[in-house]
Amino acid sequence: MEFDYQITGGDFSSAGFASSHLKKILKQLGIQPRLIKKIVIAMYEAEVNIVAHAWQGWIHVRIEPQAIRLEIQDQGPGIEDIERAMEDGYSTASEEVREMGFGAGMGLSNIKNNSDDLEITSTVNEGTELTIIKKFQ
Amino acid sequence: MSAQTFHHALKIQEDICIGCAHCMNVCPTGALRVVQGKAKLLAERCVDCGECYRACPVNAITVEQDDFSRVFDFSHSVLLVPELLFGQFPEDVDKSLIKEALHQLGFNEVVEVEHAAGILQQSTHEYMQGSDQERPLISAFCPAVVRLIQVKFPALVDHILLQKPPLDITALYYRKKLEDSGLDPDQIGIFYVTQCAAKIAAIKSPVGETHSYMDGVVNMDYIYNKVYATLKAQKKNGAQPPASPEQQPLSPEGILWSLTHGEADRVEGRCLAIDGIHNVMEFLEKVENEEMSGVDFLELRACDESCAGGILNPANRFLTVERLRNKARQQEQTPVKPARGIDHYRDYLHRNLALKPVAPRSIMKLDEDMTRALNKMRRVKDLMNTLPGVDCGVCGAPSCSALAEDIVNNKATLRDCIFIQRKYEQKNLQRPDESFDIMRRIWGDDKLIGNR
Repeated sequence: MEFDYQITGGDFSSAGFASSHLKKILKQLGIQPRLIKKIVIAMYEAEVNIVAHAWQGWIHVRIEPQAIRLEIQDQGPGIEDIERAMEDGYSTASEEVREMGFGAGMGLSNIKNNSDDLEITSTVNEGTELTIIKKFQ
Repeated sequence: MSAQTFHHALKIQEDICIGCAHCMNVCPTGALRVVQGKAKLLAERCVDCGECYRACPVNAITVEQDDFSRVFDFSHSVLLVPELLFGQFPEDVDKSLIKEALHQLGFNEVVEVEHAAGILQQSTHEYMQGSDQERPLISAFCPAVVRLIQVKFPALVDHILLQKPPLDITALYYRKKLEDSGLDPDQIGIFYVTQCAAKIAAIKSPVGETHSYMDGVVNMDYIYNKVYATLKAQKKNGAQPPASPEQQPLSPEGILWSLTHGEADRVEGRCLAIDGIHNVMEFLEKVENEEMSGVDFLELRACDESCAGGILNPANRFLTVERLRNKARQQEQTPVKPARGIDHYRDYLHRNLALKPVAPRSIMKLDEDMTRALNKMRRVKDLMNTLPGVDCGVCGAPSCSALAEDIVNNKATLRDCIFIQRKYEQKNLQRPDESFDIMRRIWGDDKLIGNR
């Protein structure tokens, strides 16, 4: 089962749409509430990352009976230092983004904490790719 | 899934129902369908919010209540009333006259439910100080909200603050008090005047409790009419008793408890109060996504203007709110603090005020088995590309997606869709009389045969 979402950079009012949609799907599949929560948090953070940092992005969701895989790809500034970006509280978000209540620097670490596997590749001034895997067991 | 029965106070009177689907279109949990020209309730999905009751144009949806004569089965009967009952009457009708009229109906004692507000408030405070239960905590006050969380937001059951609402605490207090005074427990009858269907469901099939503390329920509109008739007769005969001051007046917090902000304004920390079931659902979505942080407590009420907007209240909800707020203000200026009987039972009530954990029972699942659920979801996705997406309800389901889910669960067929019927007729895959029969099966003979 696959789903695709397109996310527009800067569109804060729509942030959360894709994660809400995915949440409904996971509920219909009868995934345990605790797991749904983790997956939706990871998805939401990924969504907000695109909105806050990138120009545009795509999320491809693939659901198998054993696991869910989120492939997130954006066109944007990329991440210079992935290791630092993974640290709690590290953020390159602009003042405007922070004023909107985003950009607290918890995004990537939150994704990592809520997934079983996280892969990040990024090219500065081109974009970032994330693959998130969460097993259902 | 284990066999469970859910008690619902909302009943569809088939002989009155005209199958207009108004209820189906407003139900927030998709708990209604139209079959054979009548609305049909899907018991496991219903949360007793009462939106259908408001929408029905012919009053075919009723709220069941216990036979009033049950009051006389007990030698000592207590009527628990929400303060809202007094707010149904104009301000110039003194509370003591309403209480006296209730006594005349056969109740030995008439007690406001909200006397327990102080104890609950203190207990909530202590709990929040000492517990690391995940925030925001969600009040268990509104039974429709508790049920909504169980069926639609199963991930949030762990957020429910497991403390009895004031109603049950007061019932517990009164029963204990009367038993301590030497009355035979079997002869104590505790009744409750309800403003909504959800409270009845909560009493008849409690969540988080093994049994109810109530022996019966009386509906607000019923009791209002009775009291109104008594007051009118007294006035006519010049037999109106003199108004007397209240012996145990409610605290301002108690008066306001069932209104919006009644709880949220009294809990420490960052608290939000949200009323109206659609507002509640919108907010719970966000809580579930953890789109916010730092909120400590949520007061969520299914009705607009909280309990003042209960479906059984005869008075306008905004006027009721005004009256209660005025009263609370007056009470604040009354410096005398009378002894409150409930204080003597503070420790006993604190010990007994916890609810048992609330179990989720999701209505969203397509199948218990994950692989089958995935297959069904694929089919739903395909069906959604075939169905028109106008959510017209002519198939007898509230939306195209509801029909698609019914189809994959073998509860409906694609041909129930009027657009699909036209498509098939165009391609000579179905005859018009076959389409006609389908419509008849859904909407009944009345609408399709004869002259309405």
